[in-house]
Amino acid sequence: MNRRKFLKIIGGMAAGAGAIGTFRFLAPGEAEALIKSSNIRWAFLVDTYKCVGCGMCVKACKLENGIPYDAPVTRTWVERYVILKDGDVLADTPKGARDGFTSPVTEGRQVNPADIDKAFFVPKLCNQCDKPPCVQVCPVGATYRTAQGIVLVDRTWCIGCGYCIMACPYGVRFFHPVYHTAEKCTFCYHRINHGMTTACVQACPFDARKIGNLKDPNDPVTKVIMTERVAVLKDEYGTKPQVYYIGLDRNVR
Amino acid sequence: MSHTWKPVFVVLAILAAIFIARTIIVPPKFGIWESGYMYGWHNKANEQFWLNYKAKYKGRDYCNGCHPDKYSAIMNSPHAIIQCEDCHGPAIDHPDNPPKLAIDKSRALCLRCHVKLPYPTSHRNDLPGFLNPDEHNPGIECVSCHNPHSPVLGGMR
Amino acid sequence: MHTWYVHGLEWTRKELFVYPNEYIYWSIQIVMYPLMTGLVAGAFVLSSLYHVFGQKDLKDMAKFALVFSFALLLGAPIPLMLHLQHPLRGFFIFFTPHFTSAISAFGIVYMTYALIVAFEIWFVYRVFFVQQVHALEKKEGMGAFLKRLMYRVFTLGAYDLSEKAVAKDKKVIKILAGVGVPVAAFLHGYAGFIFGSVKANALWMTPLMPVIFIMSAVVSGVALCMLTYIVIMEWKKFRAVKARSTTPGMARYEQLKGAEADLIRKTSRYLIFFMIFAFSLELLDLIFRGYTAVKNWDILRSVIYQRDYVDIFVKQYLIGNIIPFLLLIWPRLTVRRAAFATALVLFGVYMMRYNVVIGGQSFSLTFAGFMDYVMPVIPHNMETFKEGLLGALTVAILPFIFFYFINKVIPAVPQSGGEKA
Repeated sequence: MNRRKFLKIIGGMAAGAGAIGTFRFLAPGEAEALIKSSNIRWAFLVDTYKCVGCGMCVKACKLENGIPYDAPVTRTWVERYVILKDGDVLADTPKGARDGFTSPVTEGRQVNPADIDKAFFVPKLCNQCDKPPCVQVCPVGATYRTAQGIVLVDRTWCIGCGYCIMACPYGVRFFHPVYHTAEKCTFCYHRINHGMTTACVQACPFDARKIGNLKDPNDPVTKVIMTERVAVLKDEYGTKPQVYYIGLDRNVR
Repeated sequence: MSHTWKPVFVVLAILAAIFIARTIIVPPKFGIWESGYMYGWHNKANEQFWLNYKAKYKGRDYCNGCHPDKYSAIMNSPHAIIQCEDCHGPAIDHPDNPPKLAIDKSRALCLRCHVKLPYPTSHRNDLPGFLNPDEHNPGIECVSCHNPHSPVLGGMR
Repeated sequence: MHTWYVHGLEWTRKELFVYPNEYIYWSIQIVMYPLMTGLVAGAFVLSSLYHVFGQKDLKDMAKFALVFSFALLLGAPIPLMLHLQHPLRGFFIFFTPHFTSAISAFGIVYMTYALIVAFEIWFVYRVFFVQQVHALEKKEGMGAFLKRLMYRVFTLGAYDLSEKAVAKDKKVIKILAGVGVPVAAFLHGYAGFIFGSVKANALWMTPLMPVIFIMSAVVSGVALCMLTYIVIMEWKKFRAVKARSTTPGMARYEQLKGAEADLIRKTSRYLIFFMIFAFSLELLDLIFRGYTAVKNWDILRSVIYQRDYVDIFVKQYLIGNIIPFLLLIWPRLTVRRAAFATALVLFGVYMMRYNVVIGGQSFSLTFAGFMDYVMPVIPHNMETFKEGLLGALTVAILPFIFFYFINKVIPAVPQSGGEKA
């Protein structure tokens, strides 16, 4: 066999493998069947009036999901906003509120209660967007959106480029301190699919956090989202976030 | 054929190498799924990894199975809204693993709710608490006098 | 629990209200990466100016720029690899080629471009390869045998040196050089797209970003070629002076000097042209942001005009753009002045990358807090080495080492005067 013949065979193999390996598109019917296969669309509801900033949710989340307790990263956190009469907006989230808020000192400032116009706590977590920019930018397909609308990360496939972390307008992503792959809130995928609620929802004593199925019209969370005035965070990015808030304020970032 | 086509064969060889490597390394369930080309690349099998992740928080009903006395005590108190595991830590496979839970009895835990933060529009404002907790028996754990399962004055230890 | 570390914790200083998970995730390696690809693209465009557009005055520079571009190309993925948390998985991006992710496009664009450069070099040097194979035939010894084997592989079995075949080579070179320019622009435009398309980042998100990147890429590439050329020629002049008494056949000092000054003056005209373009685009971007003043302008203004003022207006615009521009357009350009100006231009482009990459992360997604990158100078683990001064220097030096070895195999340093390869 001469060289040219050999190269031709290699070339043929390349074309063949390419056809099978790379460009396997699903037939439209197949794809549609996959999309519609789920009758669940998980959504989250946060009532900022009820939240007291105890941080039990953050503690539970870190322990449940194996994020090193003292590492300064977290899948969920609680922010405190203190809006003063002079127009100043103070906001902080010490340790992501893992230990709650036990001091009136905000952003290093001692606040006189008489100066406060309004003040409240806002829990944050992954918005499990309908149009997740993090999934869009992943170069290797390590992060993806499941049929139930949850965005997950494949720890065996993530290369750790950090592009998804950059793409998220909500700052919910980080590198796992042990596995060093992109890490994020999964709505406790392992719990909600086995009849349990998320660790943060369970740990919350005040019902400030709830999770529900948007495709079930009788779901209490769905009813609130459909019939009451709720807001989402940063909708200007077109990400279609699926964490809904009651009592959101214009000062919330 | 002209020698100028030689590089094309090198290109084909490189492509072949990539495709062969791809066939070996990429999991068979990897592909374009669900919402088409735009957001679809991933390993479908990975969902199973997250489904199989072990839950650690079991909820108060699990605790009730062995500790019905404690369960009914707290459920009849103003602390009924608080899950056992918020203070006792995640049950995991207790009593097999861990045989004993590490209970957080610290002042700091109680103060998460019982430091008074006078915040209008927040429920925190309604909770009973200290404006200045350091003035009330500093350095002593709250639970040495107060019973968290019955946090009323009658339940004092 | 296992030992852990949080990526970014060591070099990020937070101020005011910042989300808990925010850190400077993309640090100095990501500054180096567009700088490197920029140099690649710029060097290639310079060589193509001769091959495609027949700019005869750049003949000597063209060969050098082409091979140098290849050396830079080999160095370009290294900052990417170093910044990955799982560098060994880096090649996965070749398995999922798609254009949804700008980084994924890297696999396709980079390979395409690398092959174009490699094959252009192949066509330029094919005659040389064949000559080497024949020349080494007579030599004995293991070294010569291996060297000959290497050159034989390099010929890809194409030994035809007839006039017709060589003419064909020339034709293909022209095509490849022509195709290479848009691909080089695309390679760098997409590097700009990586940043410009991040809608979460207020500073990065602008459709001008790819164009700005292409222009400053050409600027930096031309500047680096000029500077390297000057350094090499100085070295040759130095050798010429030393060797004149012993080796009569060697190039004369005056000959070298004349050729060098002439070439530098000609190349500098192209540099000035692209500098005007790059600077105008950046200014346009700044003016637009200030004039439209959308929601994020408050935080951007405090970053641009206060926190990063020195980095942007003094280091980048004044030292990196305006001063070298004046130095270059001032009449009677000398080689020494050109060397100084091009060094400043390179610094300016580096600062531009720095201000984009680090500047874009110096404010929080909350628009109410700031982050500072404190570059680790003395490393105490792999992370602080990779994301610190030493990692950046490694990346900056590697292409020159690559070029040194490539130049041993395919001589690319201009042979002005009498010296013959």
